[in-house]
Amino acid sequence: MDKNDRIKSLLLKAASFKTEIGQSVHDQYVENLFVKAAEISSETVKKNPIRYLKDEKIDKILTSKLWGFPTMVGLFTLIIWLTIEGANVPSGMLASLFLDVIYPVIKDGTEAWPWWLSGLLIDGMYLATVWVISVMLPPMAIFFPMFTVLEDLGYLPRVAFNLDGLFKKAGAHGKQSLSMMMGFGCNAAGVISARIIDSPRERLIAIITNNFSLCNGRWPTIIILSSLFVGALAPAWFAGFATALSVVGLALLGVVLTFVSSWMLSNTVLKGEASSFSLELPPYRPPRILRTLYTSIIDRTIFVLWRAIIFALPAGAAIWLSSNIMVGDVSVAEYIINVLDPIGWFIGLNGVILLAYIIAIPANEIIIPTILMLTVLTTGISGIGSGAGIMFEPEDISTISNVLEAGGWTLLTAVSVMLFSLMHNPCSTTIYTIYKETKSLKWTVVATLLPYGFGLTILVILATVWRAIV
Amino acid sequence: MEKVKESSRHLPSEHGLLGQTFRIRQLTKLGVKLDNWNYVVALAGNPNTGKSTVFNSLTGLRQHTGNWPGKTVTRAEGGYSFNNKNYKLVDLPGTYSLLSTSEDEEIARNFILFGQPDVTVIVADATRLERNLNLTLQILEISSNAVLCLNLMDEARRKGIQINTRKLEQKLGIPVIATTARYGEGIQEILEAIEQIVTGDWAPESKVTVTIPKELETSVCSIENDLKEMYPHLPNTRWIAIRLLEGDERISEALKNDEFEQLMSTLNQSPLDLQNELKEINEERQ
Repeated sequence: MDKNDRIKSLLLKAASFKTEIGQSVHDQYVENLFVKAAEISSETVKKNPIRYLKDEKIDKILTSKLWGFPTMVGLFTLIIWLTIEGANVPSGMLASLFLDVIYPVIKDGTEAWPWWLSGLLIDGMYLATVWVISVMLPPMAIFFPMFTVLEDLGYLPRVAFNLDGLFKKAGAHGKQSLSMMMGFGCNAAGVISARIIDSPRERLIAIITNNFSLCNGRWPTIIILSSLFVGALAPAWFAGFATALSVVGLALLGVVLTFVSSWMLSNTVLKGEASSFSLELPPYRPPRILRTLYTSIIDRTIFVLWRAIIFALPAGAAIWLSSNIMVGDVSVAEYIINVLDPIGWFIGLNGVILLAYIIAIPANEIIIPTILMLTVLTTGISGIGSGAGIMFEPEDISTISNVLEAGGWTLLTAVSVMLFSLMHNPCSTTIYTIYKETKSLKWTVVATLLPYGFGLTILVILATVWRAIV
Repeated sequence: MEKVKESSRHLPSEHGLLGQTFRIRQLTKLGVKLDNWNYVVALAGNPNTGKSTVFNSLTGLRQHTGNWPGKTVTRAEGGYSFNNKNYKLVDLPGTYSLLSTSEDEEIARNFILFGQPDVTVIVADATRLERNLNLTLQILEISSNAVLCLNLMDEARRKGIQINTRKLEQKLGIPVIATTARYGEGIQEILEAIEQIVTGDWAPESKVTVTIPKELETSVCSIENDLKEMYPHLPNTRWIAIRLLEGDERISEALKNDEFEQLMSTLNQSPLDLQNELKEINEERQ
């Protein structure tokens, strides 16, 4: 008998046995498997159950209906407050090292170079890079280790547990809470982690809505703007805390938007039942502090910083070029800003901010430096920075607010920028990752544009109402 | 089991942390620099048992670890060299069973069955042994070339759980190593156990068979005999027979596509040929 025939007859035989026996084979097998496992474990394991209670007691508080949410918000506020308070001084020190000490030296050393070469390399690319380093490195070096400790302890699954019910109500998968948590670090990572969701429908929802998790490229922008404009409204002793609260508030708005958009998607284009799953709460484990410091500094901080630097270099060049290449009387940058200005007005922004967001599509990290430089350029304020297209580092944070005020910024502008940075397209890395994960141009476009739907609506309403009242 | 050197069977806890790291002297972590390897080792286990931590401590890679389930979504591969032999280590996604109800389970099962790793290291949570044994028993049905790594022993001690590893070893018929991978405890013992299996110093023989109702036994035997006739060297005919009786689509398909035939030939292949097999399985995943 030939091989194929033998296989065929074997399969037929199995099928006929199967119908003879009925459906119970699988269940019987699984049941016996469980019995066997229980038998072996009862013979080899001795338990002292009293000490189990500790974890359960902690979990009762951390995942309770009453205390779960407040603890969560409290913990994240504390972490962000520590980050804000701790990052100011080292940021200033780094800035003065790069700008007051190193910058004059290399500027003198390259005096013989043609003006455009030293302009492009030093005033464009060097300054963009050191700005990114001094603004981003300190907050990340504080924020990531603390976040990693929480992760190591086992707190993140508790957060997921707290949010699970809400996701189910939104018609999404409970595991989306985990991919959302990853998104708070990096949206590209969050999109990839949506793979833990088996159902394609729910995975798509998780991917499309991940951008509403404030990623670490956007944390510094939000933190700087809220300390300048929101923190400044509060009395000095309360300023740091008010800043932290407004940052956490914005992050929470992102969570709300995640639910709203998930709910909208699952009731329109991605209809379906939420599948259930069981989330296991792992035991609390004492974090290994040194190991945590090492991984969070090397794997997260340096990784993110490196990415920001890579994007800052060409962006610095682009800014310098666009503000030094002239079209008639004005530079390319000024020309574009003038075109974008009226559009920006409707949503509480201005042309400078919109242009900055175009330049910063590759990496959200460089938004603030770009805005500052472009503002200096259009307002022509002197004494800060030293010429067209220079990304400069103001000595202290109040200089930033001077520049922004000279650029016509109000509290409305600051709030609008903060909201806009929560609700605009994902960075190019994330967009590319979404395409790789969904293999669909359509869903990539949806994920890219969906945030604008919320962002533009909210911003137009905010600007209109604000102007009517104030 | 009698052949196991007594020296390597001590629980490492009494040596302390420093002694432990010092002792792993024949280990060279190769990271991803792997062109050629002698053996393939799969890492399987329930979610959140520390598979990635074990993976990192063997390969020297820094795959992200975190205290939550479902973190490993891509199959990671790395390598290490121990006593002049190169090992390729494949970190499978964490699953609670191999019954193929989810994509992850399918991937893990297909790799253990069709990828034919030389050794499968099963990482289990020592504080939840019973549930972890469900997966262990299922893996043993496919292949008895396995090592059970009882991880999170520090956790177990903290919770006052005592496990008689010797007895467990006898019950299961495979090496059982108590570890606390995040502190490097027991890693040396895992390396030695893997080595003993690949060199044939210890040929584990699964001592457990999941019993099935007597009235089914004849059907299983009948199918198993046919399989044995067709594929005389296939190690897990009983398991396949039960799957066929359950109406497992993937297994029927594998029969039709002659995948078991290919499997048998890979058993005698050089490790390099296996690389293509692994690649195919990897592509199938994507």
